[in-house]
Amino acid sequence: MNMLRRQDLKVIAASIAGFAILNGLIESGVIGAFWQFNLIMVGINIILSVSLNLINGYTGQFSLGHAGFMAIGAYVSAILTTNFQLPFLLALVVGGIGAAILGCLIGLPTLRLSGDYLAIATLGLGEIIRITIMNIQYVGGAAGFMGIPHNTTFAWVFFVMLFTLFFIKNFVNSSHGRACIAIRENEIAAEAMGINTTKYKVMAFTIGAGFAGVAGGLFAHCFYIINPTSFTFMASFNYLIMVVMGGLGSITGSIAGAVVLTGISAALADWPEFRMIIYSLLLILLMFYRPQGLFGNVELLDAKWVKRLKGGKK
Amino acid sequence: MELLRAQGVSKLFGGLKAVADFDIYINKGELIGLIGPNGAGKTTAFNLLTGVYQATTGAIDFDGKSLLGLKPYQITQRGIARTFQNIRLFAELSVLDNVKIAYHSHVKYGVLESVFRLGRYFGEEAEIEKQAIELLKIFKLDEKKNEIAKNLPYGAQRRLEIARALAAKPKLLLLDEPAAGMNPQETKELMAMITWIRQEFGLTVLLIEHDMSLVMGICERIYVLEYGTIIAKGTPTEIKNDPDVIRAYLGGEAIS
Repeated sequence: MNMLRRQDLKVIAASIAGFAILNGLIESGVIGAFWQFNLIMVGINIILSVSLNLINGYTGQFSLGHAGFMAIGAYVSAILTTNFQLPFLLALVVGGIGAAILGCLIGLPTLRLSGDYLAIATLGLGEIIRITIMNIQYVGGAAGFMGIPHNTTFAWVFFVMLFTLFFIKNFVNSSHGRACIAIRENEIAAEAMGINTTKYKVMAFTIGAGFAGVAGGLFAHCFYIINPTSFTFMASFNYLIMVVMGGLGSITGSIAGAVVLTGISAALADWPEFRMIIYSLLLILLMFYRPQGLFGNVELLDAKWVKRLKGGKK
Repeated sequence: MELLRAQGVSKLFGGLKAVADFDIYINKGELIGLIGPNGAGKTTAFNLLTGVYQATTGAIDFDGKSLLGLKPYQITQRGIARTFQNIRLFAELSVLDNVKIAYHSHVKYGVLESVFRLGRYFGEEAEIEKQAIELLKIFKLDEKKNEIAKNLPYGAQRRLEIARALAAKPKLLLLDEPAAGMNPQETKELMAMITWIRQEFGLTVLLIEHDMSLVMGICERIYVLEYGTIIAKGTPTEIKNDPDVIRAYLGGEAIS
């Protein structure tokens, strides 16, 4: 029990140290504007992939509509800061809550479906959200929403990401999170163990959608303009790939997936013609040699080789 | 005292009467057997009692309250836990996690308390862990608590399923063919274990079984199902000598 707390403290201390180093490098100009932007993107993508992992990896409900919830958060928070001059933090929170409410409303009917059917339904709903936004003139329609303040800094992204990670980690390590995992493993047995499966499926979907909304808010305030084309189902697929690559049901896996894929796509930015080829080859190789993802469903600190390393030190 | 009573329960699948006029009562502390040939409707009867199927007609009362219209998880929360004929463990999870999940309906801390690690979270989690390990000890699974459930040998998986059902702290335990696929030695050990846990946990048990030696050995009363209807009930000796039962099990006219 105490060990849990101590490990948390260690991780928080290490993250803040990591943040201090990166921020120092940004301030001193060692990390230029291009990589600073990509660090911000890595953070946002980590929030998205970890929140999607809660739905797809832990609860086992295959959702393909994550970009739709991200769009809700992006537009709601952008409206609040641009048109109503509300503080950034409040706008992020309201954007997240908006996406969560929509996630709950969408989850209630669609989570009766399972497997491929749920994937198709969520894919469709994500597109409905995007196309609806595209036809609302108040937010600029297809031309995009302009004049958003540039509020997102590396510090904002980093600490919101840290909050998200701890929120989801603590959730899955509680009885409520175990209920979600039980649904993934065997829905009939979960129900027979006294778990209200509908409630927990919708809960996981709502929390996941909420954090996607927060990530959307951070995303919107990176640019001066947001456009519905940023939230197509291709974006949803991208986050899904991060989750699958890192390992369904592993938070550290999702982090690794987001870091690796965002990093690769940034590193290959100068060779756009090779980018998609290398990206695809990498995924094919990964599915050949590690179909369970980089980490499987194990966390980094629980992985066998890490434990062996730790044991070796003593 | 009566714990469970089902009266005139029927289940129709289209035109097929899977269970018809099913009457059963179970007193607190009893160990009851439900037997019958393949396809007699035993598992359907179980599914009716646990809310997996809704009865077409009839009444089911448990602990003084009706169970009709309740979902399976609500029935488990009322105090009926079950195992499955074809084992349904959380296959990819550890043995310990399998048991911990079943404490779910007794957890009092909320979602916010678990996310922000407040209040009751640590105390209750520690208590769950302690109780789960004690339960695993009873089933001789504590040394394998970190093993993945699907890697356990068959008999151990059966034991784990019973342990998991007990973690839900039921008043009535329904066992669906617990000895299926076990060898005679394992069946014998299982018989001893069922009798023991029943006393230890003050349980009432309803048991579906094919293995006659197990049912005859430990059950106090037995119900016999055939083609969805109860054709006989009584003590093991009465059942053994009942002509209808002999006909159902050994086949027809040649004997009578």
